[in-house]
Amino acid sequence: MSDTQTLRQWLLSETPTSRRHAKLSALYQGWLSLRANTMAMIGLSILVALVLVAITAPIISPHDPFTQDLSNRLAPLGAEGHLFGTDSLGRDILSRLFYGARITLYIVALVALIAPIAGLLIGTVSGYIGGITDTILMRITDIFLAFPRLVLALAFVAALGAGIENAVLAISLTAWPPYARIARAETLTIRSSDFISAIKLQGAGPIRIITKHIWPLCISSLIVRVTLDMAGIILAAAGLGFLGLGAQPPSPEWGAMISEGRRFILDYWWVATVPGLAIFTVSLAFNLLGDGLRDLLDPKAGE
Amino acid sequence: MSMLSVKNLNVWFGKHSSRVDAVKSASFEVERGQSFGLVGESGSGKSTILRAITGLAPNWSGALSVDGEAIEKKRQKAFYKTVQMVFQDPYASLHPRHSVDQVLSETLHLHGFTNIDARVVKLLDDVGLGQKFRFRYPHQLSGGQRQRVAIARALAPDPTLLLLDEPTSALDVSVQAEILNLLADMREEHGLTYLMVSHDLSVVAHMCDNLAVMRNGEIVEILDVEALRSMQATHPYSQHLLQASV
Repeated sequence: MSDTQTLRQWLLSETPTSRRHAKLSALYQGWLSLRANTMAMIGLSILVALVLVAITAPIISPHDPFTQDLSNRLAPLGAEGHLFGTDSLGRDILSRLFYGARITLYIVALVALIAPIAGLLIGTVSGYIGGITDTILMRITDIFLAFPRLVLALAFVAALGAGIENAVLAISLTAWPPYARIARAETLTIRSSDFISAIKLQGAGPIRIITKHIWPLCISSLIVRVTLDMAGIILAAAGLGFLGLGAQPPSPEWGAMISEGRRFILDYWWVATVPGLAIFTVSLAFNLLGDGLRDLLDPKAGE
Repeated sequence: MSMLSVKNLNVWFGKHSSRVDAVKSASFEVERGQSFGLVGESGSGKSTILRAITGLAPNWSGALSVDGEAIEKKRQKAFYKTVQMVFQDPYASLHPRHSVDQVLSETLHLHGFTNIDARVVKLLDDVGLGQKFRFRYPHQLSGGQRQRVAIARALAPDPTLLLLDEPTSALDVSVQAEILNLLADMREEHGLTYLMVSHDLSVVAHMCDNLAVMRNGEIVEILDVEALRSMQATHPYSQHLLQASV
């Protein structure tokens, strides 16, 4: 007890004694203010649960997600041994949901790695250098923005072939332009500020200024935007799956599961509804967390 | 030889029809160890002169030289070791996500210093902040403390010429005096030369040896501080300015 007390005091110290101490202290204070935000914590706990489910899917799944049992197809909710019933091929929906969490996380992680980083690079370089570079990069961005996202993704998938990796790539290629726009807008407000002038007067070059001074200020708004966009990305992946261009059967991707259940939606509504609810819950969780992070990461909101 | 010489400096913004001439053929000299003031109303081009000297305002013509060496359009690294600047607004001139330690050690690193830790400690002591502020972030500091950090940053490369862009105008009166005294002490200790922009004549009278009065981008008169104190300006605009500030 007294140990944790002193750790807490150490973390909340007004006068940190080393760089590491100062960093940990800042992190801990961020965590405390995030913890005070109930909605964000609900979002975060849903996502933590999703990660745990994805990791432990083979252990906690009551059935194999691919084993068919045609004699027991379209079993209702709460049927014996099948909490969420079975689908048109008699596969356990709960187990498929658990395994589907892996695919959802995979898509989310890959898109979250590719799109914002590409957008950040293009946006900050474009905003900081300006002039002809800015014009060229922003017109390219405009071209990508001019296409409806799903149509462009469809074209990419059609060219690259159906499959989850290509769906991720296609979604990333269509998702980066808004990030580039945000990063550029942030850069434009930052680049003329006094603290950038001040570091220029120390002889810093453009690479150092962009990576060490502009990125840290852009990243917070990008993180918020990414978490808020995650819902849309999951839905886009589900949409591609629904159209048969994303995850291929028998993969338990949630969008593909809805697409399958669509045929029986009137008589056996739960087959499409349960994965739909899963998508809804995860999207909501990302939105709640994004909202909380926005409050937390706003650099001007410091006490 | 003068520390800073400015001859026929013109600075403009924009191109062609939207061109605005912010400074028109300004000339003055600042001797080594001297403190020179630039006064005038808002928009008279005082700060623009500082920005032209440091290269932050890229469109200028005329001859600038520091310590006898002409300044080229593209500033060399050695230039930033000689000339440093303190900005007007301490709330805007510190990176909101960098701790005091990061600000100072990055500056020292960029200028190629080695024993960075010891130097950061010494700089903080020099500007009267002390160790407990070392790992604080700007939002944990008051305006006066931030301006002390900004001064420490400007002093980090051991410059000889310090450009001060209204260093106290964003601070309240009691803190202003502290910062001005700190600047006066630093000048004595390090043998610095100051070029100070202000619209506050009492600040200039307190800090400077000579001053130039500016209006609409032109220097209308250069006078010494004795003349300022005895209100003996010759140009009608300077007289008007003195009258107004009494």
